[in-house]
Amino acid sequence: MTDDRPLLEIEALTVQLPVEGSPRAVLRDVALSIQPGEALGLVGESGSGKSMTARAVDRLLPAGADVAGSIRFDGKDVLALKGADFRAYRDDVAMIFQDPRAHINPVRRIGDFMTEALRTNSGVSRSEASGLAVALLEDVGIPDGGRRLHQYPHELSGGLLQRVMIATALLTEPRLLLADEPTTALDVTTQAEVMAILDDLRREFGLTLLFITHDLELAAAVCDRTAVMYAGQIVEIRASTLLHGDPLHPYTAALAAARPDIDATAHRLTAIAGQPLSAFEAPEGECAFAPRCPHARERCRTEAPVLQTIDGGVVRCLRAEELRGRLEVAAHG
Amino acid sequence: MADPQPMGPGAAADAGPVLEVRGLSKRFGEQLAVADVTFAVPPSGSLAIVGESGSGKTTVAKMIVGLETPTEGGISACGRDRSKPARSSAERRRRGREVQIVFQDPYTSLDPRQTVAATLDEILRLHHGWPDERRQERIVELTEFVGLDARQTRALPRTLSGGQRQRVAIARALAAEPRVLILDESVAALDVSIQAQVLNLLADIRDATEISYVLISHDLAVVRQLTDDTLVMWQGRVVERGPTARVLDDPHDDYTKRLRASVPRPGWKPQRQQAH
Repeated sequence: MTDDRPLLEIEALTVQLPVEGSPRAVLRDVALSIQPGEALGLVGESGSGKSMTARAVDRLLPAGADVAGSIRFDGKDVLALKGADFRAYRDDVAMIFQDPRAHINPVRRIGDFMTEALRTNSGVSRSEASGLAVALLEDVGIPDGGRRLHQYPHELSGGLLQRVMIATALLTEPRLLLADEPTTALDVTTQAEVMAILDDLRREFGLTLLFITHDLELAAAVCDRTAVMYAGQIVEIRASTLLHGDPLHPYTAALAAARPDIDATAHRLTAIAGQPLSAFEAPEGECAFAPRCPHARERCRTEAPVLQTIDGGVVRCLRAEELRGRLEVAAHG
Repeated sequence: MADPQPMGPGAAADAGPVLEVRGLSKRFGEQLAVADVTFAVPPSGSLAIVGESGSGKTTVAKMIVGLETPTEGGISACGRDRSKPARSSAERRRRGREVQIVFQDPYTSLDPRQTVAATLDEILRLHHGWPDERRQERIVELTEFVGLDARQTRALPRTLSGGQRQRVAIARALAAEPRVLILDESVAALDVSIQAQVLNLLADIRDATEISYVLISHDLAVVRQLTDDTLVMWQGRVVERGPTARVLDDPHDDYTKRLRASVPRPGWKPQRQQAH
């Protein structure tokens, strides 16, 4: 094993789901890798494929999904895992979701929910599992864990419940955490708290993180690199600190410019015309963003761009070389 | 464009506030959801009510449009009291021409069986009693204004995207020609690129009409974009108020400071705060 081998490596991942009998693309040729201990942000609008990417990694795709390409975790072919190997993979990879209430059984106590995986998969005794749960609750800023284990989900606020979900995800000592918009449903002060906890724990446990969000700035705050998705494809991956000031793809630049600025009032925002495409609506053989792109040229409508490496990032744009350094996000106003 | 006007009954007195709320409180059982809230919105003014869940901001909006009855205090729009339920349908219609509301979720706020044109036609007939031809003209004007094409105007809501539905909800509110538009997290559920389009539409509406906005929001960047004045609520009470730029750039109250510090921005690092 070499040190620079990625923990997660996705190549040419294409996923189609059956909709009313015919296959519909949700991911098109997705490629990304995450190094051990790295945090990668995955940013995009509705239908971009960011959640589907995480579901594919966690093997949570709906029945009937047609999957091509490869997902490798620590060198193993994830799509081929079976039996004990698959269960071990499930312990290595944990996922937290946007709405904790939709992923917890409302009629079971917090303690039963938290310790179930440990007790049934790893054969840990109830009292030992409870002890581990209380310790992890303390790590996520819940000091009275013993009492919380006896409570029901409805007795906890959204912010507390999401911290319970994080603690639960960490109980099996995973190496990779998939976080799918874990703070989107929370108040902004609670979001700051939960993000700080996630960031602390990631460093403390040496966790690798795939953080999915629609918010470029939130991703930049906790992720080393950020990948941007559009219409089922990765269009850019770049160091988070460079993404805002020196984006490589016109969509990234447009997304950053469209967001109102808390520090300055603009008379009008730089909106992106039209609406985001879902993967299945995207035409083959041309750039999916071209119809909304202020930099599009004739060939953008006749030729499909592929991912290329520029300035330490990757970008899927035919004009990337020409536009280099010219896409900085203009200040509003 | 009108100059931003300071809030408060004194400052707004020349024009006469178009919406006035005095000592407003709402109690649900033991819980005081809204406690002694007072503000006034001048014609063409734009006020943000900022807060998180449980702050009482949505309850204030519901009381203004008559979806909740105040426990104490007064609400008046265009000089007429509206703190008690309307006693007649004529009174209810008149209130509808004073204040309209656009909700957060465009997927549940439209009738699934009504086309966009029929939705608008119903409002125009109810509020203005215009003949058919004039209503048809106005439907074209309204849909063009909010950026819906002829096909979308004939469509049922289920064939429209979230952003398009929110344009329909805005057109429906404008059809009553209200003096005040309450925007209850109206852009919060939209994708960033669509949110910018709808925010620009709301700015255009303000430029083209005398309408006043009350924006209920947790999103301080949206508040900055759309409002002149801001009122910050925490646990049912107003903890800070002032011109939006001042409140955001130089917050005085501790809670406002915490809220401001929690907004992700370039270079931001999330900080652990005290548990609540």
